[in-house]
Amino acid sequence: MTNAWISGTIVAVLAGAVGFFVVLRGASFPAHAIPNGAFAGAAGANLLGLNPLVGLVSFAIMAALGIGATSRRTRNDVATALSLVLMLALGAAFLTLSTQYEPAINALLFGEILGVSSSEILPVVLLGALCLVVLVLLFRPLVFTSVAPELAEAKGINATLIETIFLVVLALSTALTVPVVGALLTFSLMIGPPAAARLFSSRPSRAVALSVALALVTVWLSIAGSYTFNLPIGFFVGTLGAVLFLGARLWGALRSRRQRLVIA
Amino acid sequence: MHWLFEPGLFANHSVRTALLVGAIVAVVSAVVGIFTVLRGQSFAGHALTDVATAGGAGAFLAGVAPLVGFVGGGVLGAGAMDVIGVQRVKGRDIATGVVLGAATGLAALFLYLSTTQSSATGTTQLILFGSIFTVQSSTLPEVVGLGLVVLVTVAVIGRPLLLSSLSTELASARGVRLRALGLIFMVILAVSVGLSAIIIGSILSTALLIGPPASALKLVRRFGAGVVLAVFLGVGATLLGIVLAYDSYYWFASHRGLPVSFFVVCVVVVEFVLSSVAQSWRRRRVPASPRAAVVGNPVGWH
Amino acid sequence: MALEHLDAAGSELLRVEDVDVAIDGREILRDVNFRIDHGEFTGLIGANGSGKTTLFRVILGLQTPAHGRVSVHGEPLHRSNRSVGYVPQKVLFDPDMPIRARDLVALGIDGNRYGLLRRSRADRLAVEEMLEAVDAQEFADRKVGGLSGGEQQRVLVAHALVSQPELLLLDEPLANLDPGSAQEIIALLHKVARQQHVAIFMSAHEMNPLLPVMDRVVYVANGRVASGTTDEVVRPDVLSALYGHHVDVLRVHGRVLVVAGLESDESPSPADHPEFVVE
Repeated sequence: MTNAWISGTIVAVLAGAVGFFVVLRGASFPAHAIPNGAFAGAAGANLLGLNPLVGLVSFAIMAALGIGATSRRTRNDVATALSLVLMLALGAAFLTLSTQYEPAINALLFGEILGVSSSEILPVVLLGALCLVVLVLLFRPLVFTSVAPELAEAKGINATLIETIFLVVLALSTALTVPVVGALLTFSLMIGPPAAARLFSSRPSRAVALSVALALVTVWLSIAGSYTFNLPIGFFVGTLGAVLFLGARLWGALRSRRQRLVIA
Repeated sequence: MHWLFEPGLFANHSVRTALLVGAIVAVVSAVVGIFTVLRGQSFAGHALTDVATAGGAGAFLAGVAPLVGFVGGGVLGAGAMDVIGVQRVKGRDIATGVVLGAATGLAALFLYLSTTQSSATGTTQLILFGSIFTVQSSTLPEVVGLGLVVLVTVAVIGRPLLLSSLSTELASARGVRLRALGLIFMVILAVSVGLSAIIIGSILSTALLIGPPASALKLVRRFGAGVVLAVFLGVGATLLGIVLAYDSYYWFASHRGLPVSFFVVCVVVVEFVLSSVAQSWRRRRVPASPRAAVVGNPVGWH
Repeated sequence: MALEHLDAAGSELLRVEDVDVAIDGREILRDVNFRIDHGEFTGLIGANGSGKTTLFRVILGLQTPAHGRVSVHGEPLHRSNRSVGYVPQKVLFDPDMPIRARDLVALGIDGNRYGLLRRSRADRLAVEEMLEAVDAQEFADRKVGGLSGGEQQRVLVAHALVSQPELLLLDEPLANLDPGSAQEIIALLHKVARQQHVAIFMSAHEMNPLLPVMDRVVYVANGRVASGTTDEVVRPDVLSALYGHHVDVLRVHGRVLVVAGLESDESPSPADHPEFVVE
């Protein structure tokens, strides 16, 4: 059970931090597609009897780099949606061929509270720490290139390099998140808390901290809820993410209405 | 042709039903899908599949026919997305993603409950990846009925819908009620997605919705031709997918077939890749005239 | 429709009375008064952001004025008035959009009609005639997304005119055009307007290209409007009152230049400052 709390905490911090940039850069598509790629990778690893983490990380990074390479040309809604779906279908096919279909698919898609075993805790912690270090080091260039890419380029920052590093960090974070909250809910954890945080504060450092805090709250409550009620963790993540976001929206709307009353 | 049509294919009653239901649903998906792609609403269509998933899983749990759940869930989702403001361009992705997340969470809940509460196995497989081989022929009238409703609605609103997809300015200048039209289309989209969830599963129904129309659009010049080609490609992918899925039972010693949806998605992707190649090949042969240069953002309203 | 009023040329088509427009609490236009008669060519002149598009939206019925009324043929207008056609500034067409120029013009006839009726022979003929009128036959069968800016513009004009409106609004059709192309489109509009008996109301931030064809000018500045013939409106006293500070009007070889006036204390009042005329 301690594994669940440790991995959950790492995942929440990562998702909150990386997710902040996903929302800032409008990177909805990669954030959506990479978990599906990771799912296919885990299913493939399952089929071959390999450590799922290997499958998760390798496919996630391949998906990330693939997106990075092709997105520089035309951004095509349909191509992106089809590739998303293809990876899901591939994962499903892999799982069908293996013998452990039902439990494996539910765990991979919707999360498993004990998704990270003891033998995997150390790599998870190390990879997570690595991602966080990179994010801290690159915080300012990341913000700059997200908000004003042309200005950043003019200042000598290599936007393409930053983008590639970001995608790799996103891939690693996704690979770590998928076993815990599920491939289909990773997106939700990476945009719900950050989107809510942004509605409360527009200063990057404050918003990131708030995003991480909200993600931690989400994951901790989800683990607790999953453990107590014996229900899938993904259910809590999805619901809490939506509640957070809508709550923040509502708060923002009420606040602006009160401001207008004050002026008038 | 023997390698394609394994023994007993056409004699099998559930296969015949599958082929018929699949064809109908593919037609509906293609027609609705072509508007979806033209309006750039592929992501909204994708989000609706997640809501349909929750609906389908919920229906299964409640012992109601999955079709009701898929379609009902989708329609509720369409309404919710309209309220949240999916039609406004700004913040659309985030809002859609949030709805998607909540719906997926619900789906997780329902699927888990149905596996623990009933003795039915493979619910997840059915809901997410399609259950076309287990579709009862008694649901055929419902499928046909819903399909007809969707097609007739599209026929009625088709022209204003096309004009508003071309340009919201031109349409509103002509008095087209954009918001109402958009909502009606969302609901139609939800019903269509719900229908196709039966064959191809809710998670993958996006592929059948947008793949064939997108491929068709790369190859035609006129709208009418686009619709016809999209239908042809969609039905083709579905039928081929069903046949291959049936055949796959014989491919592996373990006698575990691969799901229909997997094959349909593969065929759809192949169609898309081939048509993209054909389009760029054609472009290289016929140089286009100098395009209108875009200077800044157009002044307009949405 | 337009042909019925052939003998009514010179009679009132559009009247805007005492109109105030505000958006999100911010006042855009106030005390707008002008009229447009049948068959007239009117220019709506004003800088970017002066409220020209907003005024068009009011006439189209897409924006409700906070005060005042707009009437067409003496009757208050309702939304989607069939008498008013509109050509937006720039429409970005997806290059993959399977609509030919011909189809876009046809949608000008029935784009807002529900139902699945086939296009009649008369309709198809009307489309053909309109394509001819705007010289678009060459590219009529090409996808709209693949047309050049000028070609697209002609197709948009045809789209707006095919339903035979009596008034055609054009939002900055000359923006981003070189002087030669600007002259071409004005000549085309002038010709088509005569042929189709349509009044033209066209916005621009530069009035000189329009001087040869303009019957009337509606000048927007500072949220206020002055209307009349060019001679009546483009004068230092009128424009200074409009802008709220002193402006000079220079005429150079038949063209007009409106410039901010001198800042000095001794600058004479607008009323007695003479025009500079340079032959």
